[in-house]
Amino acid sequence: MSESASTLAFYLLAAITVVSAVGVVKSHNLVHSALLLALCFIGVSGLYVLLQAEFIAAVQLLIYSGAVAVLLVLGVMLTQRSSMADSNPANDWSRWALLICGLLAVVILSVVAATPWHGSIAAALENSIPVVARALLTDYMVAFETAAVLLLAAMVGAIVLAKGVEEE
Amino acid sequence: MFHEYALQHAWLIPLLPAIAFVLIGLWLRRVPLLSAGLALAVSIAAFLLACGVGQAVIAQGITVEQPFIQRVPWVAISGLSLDMGVFIDPITAMMLVVVTLVSLMVQIYSLGYMQGDPGFGRFYAYLSLFVAAMLGLVISVNFIQLFVFWELVGLSSYLLIGYYFYKISAREAAKKAFITTRIGDFGLLLGILFLQILFGTLDFAQLGLAIPAYVQQSGTGLLTLVALLIFLGPIGKSGQFPLHVWLPDAMEGPTPVSALIHAATMVVAGVYLVARVFFLFDLLPVALQTVAWTGAITAFFAASIALTQREIKRILAYSTISQLGYMMLALGVGSVTASMFHLMTHAFFKALLFLAAGAVIHALHDQNDIFAMGGLRHKMPVTFAAMTVGVLAIAGIPPFAGFFSKDEILLAAAQASWPLYLMAVVTSGLTAFYMARLLFVVFFGPEKPDNHPHEAPLSMCIPLGVLGVLAIVGGFVPYTYHFGDWVRFGPASHSGLDWAIAGTSTALALLSIGLAWLMYGSGRVSAERLAWRFPGLYRLSYHKYYIDELYQWLNQTVVGGIGRALYWLDLYVIDGIVNGLGKLTLRLGDGLRKIQTGQVQQYGLVLFGAILLVAAWLVWIEPALMGGVLS
Amino acid sequence: MIGLVHYLTVGTLLFVIGLYGLLTKRNIVAVLMCIELMLNAVNINLIAFSRFITPELATGQVFSLFTITVAACEVTVGLALVFRVYHDRDTVLADRLNWLRW
Repeated sequence: MSESASTLAFYLLAAITVVSAVGVVKSHNLVHSALLLALCFIGVSGLYVLLQAEFIAAVQLLIYSGAVAVLLVLGVMLTQRSSMADSNPANDWSRWALLICGLLAVVILSVVAATPWHGSIAAALENSIPVVARALLTDYMVAFETAAVLLLAAMVGAIVLAKGVEEE
Repeated sequence: MFHEYALQHAWLIPLLPAIAFVLIGLWLRRVPLLSAGLALAVSIAAFLLACGVGQAVIAQGITVEQPFIQRVPWVAISGLSLDMGVFIDPITAMMLVVVTLVSLMVQIYSLGYMQGDPGFGRFYAYLSLFVAAMLGLVISVNFIQLFVFWELVGLSSYLLIGYYFYKISAREAAKKAFITTRIGDFGLLLGILFLQILFGTLDFAQLGLAIPAYVQQSGTGLLTLVALLIFLGPIGKSGQFPLHVWLPDAMEGPTPVSALIHAATMVVAGVYLVARVFFLFDLLPVALQTVAWTGAITAFFAASIALTQREIKRILAYSTISQLGYMMLALGVGSVTASMFHLMTHAFFKALLFLAAGAVIHALHDQNDIFAMGGLRHKMPVTFAAMTVGVLAIAGIPPFAGFFSKDEILLAAAQASWPLYLMAVVTSGLTAFYMARLLFVVFFGPEKPDNHPHEAPLSMCIPLGVLGVLAIVGGFVPYTYHFGDWVRFGPASHSGLDWAIAGTSTALALLSIGLAWLMYGSGRVSAERLAWRFPGLYRLSYHKYYIDELYQWLNQTVVGGIGRALYWLDLYVIDGIVNGLGKLTLRLGDGLRKIQTGQVQQYGLVLFGAILLVAAWLVWIEPALMGGVLS
Repeated sequence: MIGLVHYLTVGTLLFVIGLYGLLTKRNIVAVLMCIELMLNAVNINLIAFSRFITPELATGQVFSLFTITVAACEVTVGLALVFRVYHDRDTVLADRLNWLRW
């Protein structure tokens, strides 16, 4: 991919991501929010491709855009009885939240700008999947397996919570 | 040998009545006969042991200089170790015998006097408690033990005065006695603490050695203060002026109690205390002067009140105060012998007088006013005889007991200072007068038709007889057997009878009795006319110099005023502050809880606001805290 | 040339947008969505660092994998909680769930 094409792709994907994120927050219809969220996730996975992390991009697509977004849509459907119009209202202190979030963005961005990054000049790995796989199954073995246990626990917990315990 | 055993086990003497108190109080109270039986048995045992101790003192030659001492550690903490113990010298032995004897007599007497009283068992429990406390006080080996028993004595006195607790006057009198004596006890406690600070010990024997050395080194200034503080205790307990006010009111208790506690034993605890620590007072002329003058003033003052009182027990109460004044006077002029001698004889004849008065009151169904009595000598011959002996003894007519002891006091006073002697002599004349007045008004003259007196039962007559004999021979016998060789402070003095002094006081007493006969016996001189002639004096005496009213006024205006001021302060200032703080907290809480909205997102807002502030602070104001990453 | 700073900027924007939603959305499901946005912002950061600082190690990618795992768990349990609350309280609005108040 040429230099300019990748630059163009970045801005395009970044714009999709940010705008759809804003849409998630600003939309008054919860279903729209959920769909825009999926779009945002897709944009993020595109960014991952640009960063040459293809495996993560695939995982992002599968889990976020696939599972999580669908799960959230399901959640919306199961908890929303009446019409979807105005199903995603904002509360009374959004101005204060806007102020704080804006200032926080200013702080973080100024830190990003002020930090002297010691970037590596090395090119990205041609194929990062073996490296990630080796790291996962050697150095991060314990964490990997713990994550598996966490997933199991979350599954059981979710079932118990959603099903409800027989209350005496 | 019994006396050896008694000496080694002298601690049993107070312990036995204490055990009796617990047993009666806890279990036997509802069984009158058993209660009285136990109390009497214990009293007899205590009396026998006390006699044994007395015998041991004589047989083993225990003297004032070489007392018999037993000590058991009681409390030991760093810097302070206290003992309980037994301190036996001739003074203690005499006190033991007197206290146990009088209490035994009173307990026998109470069998008759208190018969049928619903609180019979309780009465004997209290009596046992009192006897235990008094005996514990007498054998005390140090100041702390003495103070403990001193307060116990006060407590049992309180209980016994308030024995008829359903009578308001009895309750009030009990409170008055307790509080008034507490005032003195406070001084006593302060004095004891001073002694502990100064000498590091409260043991009588050790203090007796340490104090003369201290006086030689540092003078008498501070010690005089200490002695005066200690003397406050006896002022309260022995009814000395101006804390005497509780004693006449204490007559609200049953008459045997008055005889035992408020005449013969407890009230002499103060005198005994001064005699016990005479090693302290002896070195301090100012303190001795104070003691002497307090005694003399009390003696005269109380006698002048007794002249006009109408209630039989009140007259005896004031005469008790007066006689206690005599004892203090004797101590003040340096004669422990005379004081203790008078203490002993007084215990006999005053108990006798009270018990006789009790028999009269009992016979007349709680009639207390002497002018409502009269002509009782035919119906109550035994009581009459007892009362006569008592009156002659207290008036100081030879050869009755009072004559010898009073004569010793007068002699000691005369050797010390003329004004004191004069007051003492005048007082003795007054004493003879008002006692004779009592006798004549109650037993002579016409019988009152409303009265149906009867002689006291046997149980009441026996003590009268025993005490009567003692009131006759109790002075003469010790006198011949050189009482002063045993009970003394410093070298024994063999001052025989001074015929001038003895003759003067006897003549004066006889004259006073004659005058009383003229006024109250034959009616030749009208008492009313006399009172009418000197209305001021009469009223002053009748109203007890308005001391009670003075205290009342002081209490109401001064103490009450301070109290009201403090109440106001408390109500508006202290409470204001406290309530203000409370209200402030309440308002603050009210305001602050509004913050707690339950809105999780608001909490999040605040949280991220805080994070923003911290981050901004770290980035722009204190970048060094980030380890200089931001260059 | 697109560098680290660009990606970090995107991550920052995504993060504050998610935060804004987290603080202002009344519907809990929407709040969960916003949390996902914030987690994604973090992931972008991780992978950007991995790409530009330590490209040969791919540690950031491993970490983002874990993040994704945790995020999946979070959304699962979170939704289960939402169902539970909805079942019990008949509402999914966060400002109605205020029993912790005075």
